[in-house]
Amino acid sequence: MEAVDGNAIGGLLHEVFGTEMTDAASVCGSCGAARPVAELAVYLRAPGTVVRCRSCDSVLMVFVTIHDRTCVDLLGLAVLG
Amino acid sequence: MAGTALRRRLTWQVAKVSAVIVETSSVRTLTLDVPDWPGHQAGQHLDIRLTDEDGYVAERSYSIASAPGEPLAITVERLDDGEVSPYLTDELRTGDDLELRGPIGGYFVWEPENGGPLLLLAGGSGIVPLRSILRHRERTGSTVPVRLLYSSRTLNDVIYRAEFDQPASGVEVIYTLTRSQPPDWSGYARRADAALLAEVAWPATAMPLAYVCGPTSFVEAVSQALVQSGYPPERVKTERFGATGGT
Repeated sequence: MEAVDGNAIGGLLHEVFGTEMTDAASVCGSCGAARPVAELAVYLRAPGTVVRCRSCDSVLMVFVTIHDRTCVDLLGLAVLG
Repeated sequence: MAGTALRRRLTWQVAKVSAVIVETSSVRTLTLDVPDWPGHQAGQHLDIRLTDEDGYVAERSYSIASAPGEPLAITVERLDDGEVSPYLTDELRTGDDLELRGPIGGYFVWEPENGGPLLLLAGGSGIVPLRSILRHRERTGSTVPVRLLYSSRTLNDVIYRAEFDQPASGVEVIYTLTRSQPPDWSGYARRADAALLAEVAWPATAMPLAYVCGPTSFVEAVSQALVQSGYPPERVKTERFGATGGT
């Protein structure tokens, strides 16, 4: 499956965080790479939505939505926002 | 401006299709009436949600094709194995309702004060948000010089061709046709790579601002080539559509 990028989850991120997030800064908790959320690698058809670091491929964020409830895992990030 | 937009709640709304324009054999532009549309920026997108009789929901993002201030429009390419696009291009009619939310995105956007010179690089339907940027430039009276490199499979796959054949002052449109070319074709006929960009891109010393949109492989190849040629990564804005669409 080919990755898209953080632009593709602008709507999901807005829903979760209540604000526009594609232009927000992110820092990978594994390798320290910094880039706007829009530039992160996004897999839309994983079980849930998986966001990975474009430098080291570590998982940064995972979103799973079931029955209008979205579970959010941000453990791979050192910085967001 | 951003402050109020940022705090806005993003809610699903029902739009009414007010016009359907045939762009190519597989591409349609849908003009949409949205009662509470808050306005958008050039380069933003919106999400479309389709719900079938069983309650199955499919959501997809589509770039906004119109400039801020124009009637809201999206341009959709039909993907034969798609869940959403065949409905939008083949089934939807003027007067039909469509559920959407937007506008979305604050990264892949351009305002006249962002300046240029602008380098716009489109693969296939990646042209859509760049068309919004071009129309916004023209409507705001910006004189920022623009080069657009637009990669399509064939001339018949070029979207907005009538518009691009008569570009605004200061806009240069360069096509490359990667699959087949008309007999008298004098334009480029190869993939957008470092060698092609060396011929058509502004030199890095001009401090250009680049927007790259299209299938992931196109965006990766083009953005890496630009950075290797000296463009600072933060001056190369990218938006990837995945494996869809033709270049």
